[in-house]
Amino acid sequence: MFRSTRDGGVTVRLSGGEATLLRSLVVPVMELLSDPERPSPPPEAAAPDESADLFADLERQFSSPDEPAPELSADPAIARLLPDAYKDDPEKAGEFRKYTESSLREAKKYFAQTLLETLPPEGGKIRLTGDQARDWLRALNDIRLMFGVRLEVTEDFEDQLAALDPKDPRLPAFEVYGWLGAVQESLVHALAR
Amino acid sequence: MSVAPAELDLPRSADELVPDQPWLTIVWNDPVNLMSYVTYVFEHVFGYSRPKAEKLMLDVHRKGRAVVASGTREAMERNVEVLHGYGLWATVRQDA
Repeated sequence: MFRSTRDGGVTVRLSGGEATLLRSLVVPVMELLSDPERPSPPPEAAAPDESADLFADLERQFSSPDEPAPELSADPAIARLLPDAYKDDPEKAGEFRKYTESSLREAKKYFAQTLLETLPPEGGKIRLTGDQARDWLRALNDIRLMFGVRLEVTEDFEDQLAALDPKDPRLPAFEVYGWLGAVQESLVHALAR
Repeated sequence: MSVAPAELDLPRSADELVPDQPWLTIVWNDPVNLMSYVTYVFEHVFGYSRPKAEKLMLDVHRKGRAVVASGTREAMERNVEVLHGYGLWATVRQDA
């Protein structure tokens, strides 16, 4: 599927169906990361230029020390995409999350955006730089994490898939999950060469 | 950018440079991340050799978790941030 290029990038040929499927799968991840539980600060808090924006950010961070630190999401898919950095220490985990969660969300949205921008819906031969390929790798992984949590996938995925009733409504999603694993595996091998 | 002061308070002995307790970056097993992917991330993020990255990946897989790096708390927190970007389940803790 993926082939490495001499300049550290990769190429891949995808059909229109595969390209459309991949594009459609990135969208729910981006929605998940767009913070429905913790809305962004209201627009009037945003400043017109970047430097002022930075100060506004700092002010928000330091002016409200009493504001509770954000917690691990109750949605298991978001919790898996944005996990706690400290186990069994909610205070340290909250503190870390307060300063890193929004940039992690933005980074993950950026990876997903790279995939959308470099993958035409009609498919064809796609050429990616090494950096773009690593964005794809992380975007594919986030899609698989979201699916994996929703489908309650275990390490014995093949057995789970084989045991599914052909009429089980989850079957297509399981098959897509399996296909995504093969796509990601191929990309890893092309990059690790 | 700023200029360093002409005189620095240098530590008087090498002992003062040793942090009291190192901090650890731990990666936990999960059913989604591919073994090849986890190996690649360890190679790419930490610059580990393929054999070292594979050994750590197998430790995560078989033992449920592995210490993948140690150092200052700040450095371990940066590691965790990068690993979360890659979707690995990573945490920081002080070495006990």
